[in-house]
Amino acid sequence: MATSIMFIRISLTLTLLFVLPVLAAQPLYQPLGQAASDLSDEPEWNLTISPDGEALPPGSGNAAQGKQLFEQHCVACHGFGAIGGSAMPLVGELGSLSGEYPEKTVNSFWPYATTLFDYIRRSMPPSAPYSLNSNEIYALCAYILSQDGIIEADVELNAVTLPQVTMPNRNGFSATYPQ
Amino acid sequence: MKKAPLESRRQFLQYTALSGAFAGFSLPVLSAESGLDYRDILPESMTKAGDSFSNYGQPSPYESKIIRWISANPDMPGNGVSWSPLHDLQGSITPNGLHFERHHNGVPDIDPARHNLLIDGLVEKPLSFSVEALKRYPMQSRLCFVECGGHSNRSWHSRQIETAAGYAHGLVSNAEWTGIPLKYLLQEAGIQSKAKWVIAEAADGASLNVSIPLKKLLDDAILALYQNGERLRPENGYPLRLVLPGWEGITNIKWLRQLRLTDEPAMTRDETAQYTDLMPDGTARQFSFEMEAKSLITSPSHGMKLPDNPGIYQLTGLAWSGRGKITRVEVSSDGGASWVDAELQQPVLSKAFTRFSLPWQWQGQYAMLQSRATDETGYVQPSREQLLANHGSHGFFHFNAIISWEVSEDGYLYHVYPD
Repeated sequence: MATSIMFIRISLTLTLLFVLPVLAAQPLYQPLGQAASDLSDEPEWNLTISPDGEALPPGSGNAAQGKQLFEQHCVACHGFGAIGGSAMPLVGELGSLSGEYPEKTVNSFWPYATTLFDYIRRSMPPSAPYSLNSNEIYALCAYILSQDGIIEADVELNAVTLPQVTMPNRNGFSATYPQ
Repeated sequence: MKKAPLESRRQFLQYTALSGAFAGFSLPVLSAESGLDYRDILPESMTKAGDSFSNYGQPSPYESKIIRWISANPDMPGNGVSWSPLHDLQGSITPNGLHFERHHNGVPDIDPARHNLLIDGLVEKPLSFSVEALKRYPMQSRLCFVECGGHSNRSWHSRQIETAAGYAHGLVSNAEWTGIPLKYLLQEAGIQSKAKWVIAEAADGASLNVSIPLKKLLDDAILALYQNGERLRPENGYPLRLVLPGWEGITNIKWLRQLRLTDEPAMTRDETAQYTDLMPDGTARQFSFEMEAKSLITSPSHGMKLPDNPGIYQLTGLAWSGRGKITRVEVSSDGGASWVDAELQQPVLSKAFTRFSLPWQWQGQYAMLQSRATDETGYVQPSREQLLANHGSHGFFHFNAIISWEVSEDGYLYHVYPD
């Protein structure tokens, strides 16, 4: 008698342990995420710059400053005047995209100027990402954009003016998702 | 000038016709000799103790030439690719050490004890997960391919690349990825109704960032910690990576550090300047995430020589589709004039490599070998001519046309474009 009662108990216990999670239609696990509201305001978690420019940092720079910086940090790969070297050309070729030899430069192809700030800060120069300060990055953006007259040579780029820049190929993209 | 190959149907063999050909051998009876020293007649490996155990096994030294082929910018050695040697592999799993690589600024060294994943943005409560904590979540395994959006990009050029199959078409690999369905972690953080996109960011020297539709992360996306049963290799995202089955490689962010939920895409460099498909009218297709059906004959292929004339060769290759299962692979030996169905290795899995094979009888004639995949949506892999007619020749990304190997009358194989 005692033995059979025990078996019943065991089978009931097993039922509770293994069937309940299935009935809940959700795997059983312990939530282990740590509250992180404080992190979300920190600069190291706000690296992405969207077209609205909301996360752009303070600072400013112009094309003349940018030219000096470019010749110091960038020409080895991108060539004098940013026309390309072992790395891609950054300027020129506007209007080439529908031609026989399309060239996808920053100025001919990129739809948003904010992307330039975002990408230079996180990736350039590749040997030392994040080594350029915000003033220097604004200045490099100004130098590249002014090469093709997208901005005037004397424009100071900053968190307000950079998102206002209209790139020549702004409407050159069509989203295939969602279909 | 143009040589006429034999029709495909006459070269692919019926399986049953072969069965009797090799019967009828019998072994001579050996009489036992006294004083026979077996060490004289057995392979050396049978006459001595072998090497000791190893803590982590390595391929045979006789296979040391089976390697990834690296192509990188000398001025920026961490920006480039390594191709998987698909022409030397069999089955459907790519070994971890041979899985293709695409890095934008090298392979980072990340200590998992100091690495966290932050989920924030349009969530109810931003959460940070340690790698140790993530290992306690329920996990799922998924066999699927990862394919670089720029895979086969040299095939857009007017002149074909003359290198081994994998070194031209090996920016695709297939593995069993194990990790946490992303929806569990997103639900724990609580998704706000405005959230439509997720900006994923990597902890590498490029801080690579891309925008991914939230819908995909709630569907079949995995936060992978394991690759073919072992922890991710550094070059494949250790300690955490996204695996988005069927979607182009760039969205499968390695070394993942942050998922920020937003209402709009961020328009990052790698979803605008790169990984967009330039069309003949000068506009570009953006967010073309799904990889279309594609196939590749891995053997025989460019650079190989058929040793016997006449001879029977086991023609084999891989097919895959980002939209589901492969339902059919056809093979041609006459440049696409006629086709024969290949046998598909079972099980055929959705968004994963499917191995196909077919015995081929070569009798010294000129031939052009091709394979053509069809997936469960009915999509048929296009010819190169069709692809270029629809996309022009400057798309760079998403090249999925039929790939052709020419067989010369002396048995050499070459990568060609059919004319």
